[in-house]
Amino acid sequence: MAGIAAPSRLGLGEAKLNQVQQDPAWARRLLIFAALLSLGLLLVLPLATILVEALGKGWGTYWAAIGDPEALAAVRLTLLTALICVPLNLVFGVVAAWLLTRYKFRGRDLLLTLVDLPFSVSPVLSGLIYVLLFGLQGWWGAWLNDHNIRVIFAVPGIVLATIFVTFPFIARELIPVLESTGKDEEEAAKVLGASPLRTFFQVTLPNIKWGLLYGVILCNARAMGEFGAVSVVSGHIRGETNTLPLHVEILYNEYQFAASFAAASLLALLALVTLLAKNIVEQRAGRERGSAQ
Amino acid sequence: MSIEVKGITKRFGAFTAVEGINLDMPSGDLVALLGPSGSGKSTLLRIIAGLETPDEGEVHLTGREATGLSARERNVGFVFQHYALFKHMTVARNIGFGLEVRKVPQAQIDRKVSELLGLIQLQGLGGRYPSQLSGGQRQRVAVARALAPEPQVLLLDEPFGALDAKVRAELRAWVRRLHDATGMTTLFVTHDQDEAMEVAHRVVIMDHGRIVQEGSPRAIFDKPATQFVADFVGESNRIEAEATEDGLVVWGPLRFAAAGVKKGQLARIYFRPHNVYVTGQLESLQVPAKIVGERFKGAFTELEMDLGAGRRLMAHLPRGLSEASGFKVGDSVWAGVTGYHVF
Amino acid sequence: MTDLTQSPPSPSGRTQRVPAAPGFHLCLGYTLFYLGLIVLLPLAALFSKAATLGAPQWWALVTDPRVLASFRVTFGCAAAAAAADLGLGLLAAWVLVRYSFPGRRLMDALIDLPIAMPTAVAGITLVTLFVPGGWIGRWLEPLGIHVAFTPLGITLALIFIGLPLMVRSVQPVLQELDPDVEEAAACLGASRWTTFRHVLLPQLAPALITGFTLSFARVIGEYGSVVFIAGNMPYKTEVVPLLIITKLEEYDYAGATALGALSLGVSFALLLIINLLKRRYASGEA
Repeated sequence: MAGIAAPSRLGLGEAKLNQVQQDPAWARRLLIFAALLSLGLLLVLPLATILVEALGKGWGTYWAAIGDPEALAAVRLTLLTALICVPLNLVFGVVAAWLLTRYKFRGRDLLLTLVDLPFSVSPVLSGLIYVLLFGLQGWWGAWLNDHNIRVIFAVPGIVLATIFVTFPFIARELIPVLESTGKDEEEAAKVLGASPLRTFFQVTLPNIKWGLLYGVILCNARAMGEFGAVSVVSGHIRGETNTLPLHVEILYNEYQFAASFAAASLLALLALVTLLAKNIVEQRAGRERGSAQ
Repeated sequence: MSIEVKGITKRFGAFTAVEGINLDMPSGDLVALLGPSGSGKSTLLRIIAGLETPDEGEVHLTGREATGLSARERNVGFVFQHYALFKHMTVARNIGFGLEVRKVPQAQIDRKVSELLGLIQLQGLGGRYPSQLSGGQRQRVAVARALAPEPQVLLLDEPFGALDAKVRAELRAWVRRLHDATGMTTLFVTHDQDEAMEVAHRVVIMDHGRIVQEGSPRAIFDKPATQFVADFVGESNRIEAEATEDGLVVWGPLRFAAAGVKKGQLARIYFRPHNVYVTGQLESLQVPAKIVGERFKGAFTELEMDLGAGRRLMAHLPRGLSEASGFKVGDSVWAGVTGYHVF
Repeated sequence: MTDLTQSPPSPSGRTQRVPAAPGFHLCLGYTLFYLGLIVLLPLAALFSKAATLGAPQWWALVTDPRVLASFRVTFGCAAAAAAADLGLGLLAAWVLVRYSFPGRRLMDALIDLPIAMPTAVAGITLVTLFVPGGWIGRWLEPLGIHVAFTPLGITLALIFIGLPLMVRSVQPVLQELDPDVEEAAACLGASRWTTFRHVLLPQLAPALITGFTLSFARVIGEYGSVVFIAGNMPYKTEVVPLLIITKLEEYDYAGATALGALSLGVSFALLLIINLLKRRYASGEA
């Protein structure tokens, strides 16, 4: 089953080519121009748009929009969700990646497919399945209602749906890393008498730290930015069950464009920070790999 | 089909890969470029092929100036160490690729491909893919592919480096036979001196970007021009000693006549292990020695001998001789040197 | 007297069970528990609820013109976007790996923007760009090219989302290509174009197919970036995820579930077919 591609953390090296690999200058220029144009339109313009639209009504409106209590509640909820989801998925990711790379057992492939599953499922469906479990008409809806526990249209539901869509990231990042570092060092530690826990923290962890960090960065970005799944389970109760992306949507639908883009600008900032962090991790990892050879 | 190289120099940044290379290969020659890694031999080969541009100098192919031509235009056949076959094409299509590029009609391509498959003894395997062939077979396909467009010269870059010892030996002989059959000017690069000596008519030895010696394998082996060549090709006994008077170098009990060496100068004396003759009784011009090591090397036996005061010599005795004489460790024998070079 | 007879070696037919390494059961247990709770249980709820629908309701659903239209829109736009990403992704990867130019590192970093950016933000941004008054829209409208609120708009949004998956699939393969093979082609007389078409492209084909598959899988269920630019007109620009949400809002849980199960099934089937094709192509090289 197709899953997310094993990420290339080769990073962008120098464009070192042999003589015969050089393309004619006119072709080079044309292709570079075409790439810059299309990617500029597709990637750079949106960033510019966010900036322009957010500040369209001036700084005053911008700060007001961000300082708005509902916006702040949305930010808090987004942060809370990420704070819960990322550590939980971190533990799962490490355990699952360890399981899948260090042991051979029947059903390993099936497990791998299951880990990839959320990538093939629409975000809307990711939310729907939790409604079917915890919603009023769901399997446990009646029981939850009787005990006055709200999962759907409340924070727990949002957290659950977010866990679903983000758990593969860390596991998927760690699997190739664990496979390439190999068992040798761990076995050496075992022979020297180290306990499994010590082996993990002192031998395995340093080797996988960049992959781990990379996965955490991606997981966090998705956890904070998830829209479709959260939209289904949240109930859109302003001030209570709106995450920042949902808040952006609500404002937009009410034609409050400047405010909507103001909120969006926070998320865009998050995206840029994510990209920066990714790059740094790639470079550090590449440098470490280079010096280890 | 001749290759002429004049004054070729190539630098990579601060590193000079080849310098002042002059080489003449008349049509039909079979030449080996031999040298250690970093000697510049691959760089020179690639310059001749057009895969690298020299900073100075000229390359002439078949009398015509080729320095300005790109690799595509030179019509040279090039064979890579790791075959560089097109993995997604069949053997037949690989071989025919050079003709396909020249828009040769398919029927003609097919004919040429089948002719070459016969030449490389892989008839009937045209429909296979490279991944289905052994290393030796793949290299033969690479040679056929290079030969198909009837190039002026054939260039091989460490062609057998990636193969097993036995396959290597077979292919060496095969390349020699191929050359004899096609008469094509062939230049190959190797760091394996056995290969160079066995296969080539002429050997060109390179070190640190320069040509150090060229000649027939025998000439190189018997008359090394420099200390480097003596070291690099074959095994040698190496002695460093001072001249006690003009033209005479003394090393322990051994005395070497060394014309041109002044008194007090340090000289280096090289001689091959098979130039050391060992007998049980004193015959002539020998010194006493004690056998301290004996090693079986198949066709000959290697004897390590001590001349006293830590002076050691290596001798190679043909198997028959060593068995007849029955030398063993601890024996006292007489050793002399029959031929040597002074540097 | 001690018995000195040797015990016979164990019969060769008996297989030895390698004892599981310590921690295996713990890891397996935890993983299965987590997966069970987060993935299997909810999916089971989905399929069991979908199963409660009787055959006639299923038939009504499958033949409902609005549903069919939504599938057409969704899969059509997804396929078109993944196909467009093939070209765009290959161009971007090629230029990034092979050429030096100012802004190269920045472009490489920005390729991942669609992954890092929340889909809703992408959604409102793209629609703002492409409406008739938008920065790009104002150039296209007079040319008669309507983007916002049309399938073209949906496709563009999906191109944005799918791009990084394609580029990152092709990029590592491009970087690891063996220069020897290109040199061999050059010595044989091939031009750069011929080398690209006959030697390089076939080597990139598996990565391109993988990229297509990943992009396609990703954009089939895409919601956030599409729902703003689409306009969501039934039969015209309504995508399946939106239709599911609409049904939910109408409390038609059964319908939403059935539609969800159906779309999941169709996506899986499509991906399976693509994977099979990929394996068949790869095995063609033996």
